[in-house]
Amino acid sequence: MAMTLTEKILARAAGKRVVGPGDNVWVEVDILLTHDVCGPGTIGVFQREFGKMAKVWDPSKVVIIPDHYIFTADEKAHRNVDTLREFATYQKLAYFYDPGTPTYKGVCHVALPQTGHVRPGEVIFGTDSHTCTHGALGAFATGIGNTDAGFIMGAGKLLIKVPKTMRFTVNGTPPPYLMGKDIILKIIGDIGFDGASYCAMEFAGDAIRHLSIEERMTICNMAIEAGAKNGIIEPDAKTFEYVKAHTHKPFEAVYGDADAPVESERTYDASTLEPCVAEPHVPSNYALARERNDVKLDRSYIGSCTGGKITDFLAAARILKGHKVAIPTFLVPATVEVAEDIIKSEIDGKSLIEIFAEAGCEDIAPPSCAACLGGPEDTFGRTSGTEAVISTTNRNFPGRMGSKQSRIYLASPLTAAASAIRGRITDPREFM
Amino acid sequence: MKKIQGTVYVVRDDIDTDQIIPAQYLNLVPTIPEEYAKLGSYALCGLPDGYPPFVKPGALTADYPILIAGRNFGCGSSREHAPVCLGAAGVKAVVAESYARIFFRNCVSTGELYPFETPIRLCEVFKTGDRAEIDVGGAHLTNCTTGKTYSIKELGAVAPVVEAGGIFAYARKSGIIK
Repeated sequence: MAMTLTEKILARAAGKRVVGPGDNVWVEVDILLTHDVCGPGTIGVFQREFGKMAKVWDPSKVVIIPDHYIFTADEKAHRNVDTLREFATYQKLAYFYDPGTPTYKGVCHVALPQTGHVRPGEVIFGTDSHTCTHGALGAFATGIGNTDAGFIMGAGKLLIKVPKTMRFTVNGTPPPYLMGKDIILKIIGDIGFDGASYCAMEFAGDAIRHLSIEERMTICNMAIEAGAKNGIIEPDAKTFEYVKAHTHKPFEAVYGDADAPVESERTYDASTLEPCVAEPHVPSNYALARERNDVKLDRSYIGSCTGGKITDFLAAARILKGHKVAIPTFLVPATVEVAEDIIKSEIDGKSLIEIFAEAGCEDIAPPSCAACLGGPEDTFGRTSGTEAVISTTNRNFPGRMGSKQSRIYLASPLTAAASAIRGRITDPREFM
Repeated sequence: MKKIQGTVYVVRDDIDTDQIIPAQYLNLVPTIPEEYAKLGSYALCGLPDGYPPFVKPGALTADYPILIAGRNFGCGSSREHAPVCLGAAGVKAVVAESYARIFFRNCVSTGELYPFETPIRLCEVFKTGDRAEIDVGGAHLTNCTTGKTYSIKELGAVAPVVEAGGIFAYARKSGIIK
């Protein structure tokens, strides 16, 4: 029987020849990812259920990447990282990226592929809803709660339902003003905030193949914003180049069958898509940037797992070069590697760090989730009043960046940068 | 068969996990008993202005064992703090038109509360403060204030897992694990 990419990965992980949508199967887990917000609770469940001295099923497959509440004075946040550190030491975990040490990375969903833990065809669970990011490299990846993660820690497997696949084909060549964020916000706007509930969102087509791995990650990252179980893109030469540059571990890529039935199919032409925003307070609240020129902004924010990669900062710098920002502009590289790349990368002989400084952006923050999800009150960039923020993050829920009264407009880094210059929502084509 | 009775609290569509438990309280760890209790005190404190407080200032638990919601309840984050804070606040059941996938699963795996679904848009017909009774086995919900009864979808295999107190407790009770 013909199977989609998601079905084929799950069939292999379940040791079955064939699985179909709706089947409940036990899958073997390749990577369990956790962080400082859900890790301590997961460890609590694991120790309560398997015993205080119990060992994890495989210390090379539990990856802990603290990233949420790192640069804060909050005592419980520090205690939580201490809990992770003690656990990692006791369990002899191979991969614990410890804050305050040279192993610290930053935002887990950008760090996970950068540290070589994302490989095509594998099964990744993480205690974070944006774990769906990793489908960008042809893996099955989804978010789970602490209890399921505690089960995986002990057993190395999980019972899951095989999702139906919704396919989104984006044809054509993306124009230079169009980014992955514009594509996914358009799709979410079309199908709705719960339009892919329980489903796999598979992204295909020439325009998707044209995108860098980082841009593909932006798209898969936001599959959860339509309620999807996972986002996924078939691996290609770009995927293999990226993966092989980050790990020597062998993997076996999986491809979907061309004739596999899917739940639904939607087709887009990249050349007709335009820079956009998602208006408060749901990511499906789609509007064209050029039709929202009247929205005055107080702040621009570039960061997070979906919008804080080097490609995002390169895009922002292309717009900001030679201009001044009109509103406070916050830059939070997702990881240490991205922060280093900001220093190393140049546009026309000028480093990104110089471009941002000359544009009048705030000093670049240390890598972490920062204000993407509000966090403790001393979090960098957190909103505290009625601010209108244009942000490259993935959620604009009430209170998401701190204050319930603030309004968040989601956008690509090109649009966030152009809007920073004008102090209003601005289509980046005005500066291209 | 089990019945859940009490006062209802009504919310509408797309209540996300940041509204259920804002991120600033995620430094609390659900498996630490005093922090579990504290999470309850913050349940639904992220709802927009205009909603009455779910938990009264200074209290650890709410007066509402039943939540009525619209579509896509629990969307957003995978934070298990969300069903946990509702359970800690004394919520026994949510009756919603639909759920976000991870929230639904977290309700079941933790056993914190029953996630009932209904095709009826109950958030339009119930008011916060109404008295209600859920017949868990009979799959119906009665608004004791108006006297009207509504059918809800049967939870099937999910009900005994919640009843047992979550996936681990159920697995032990039924002999799946020792």
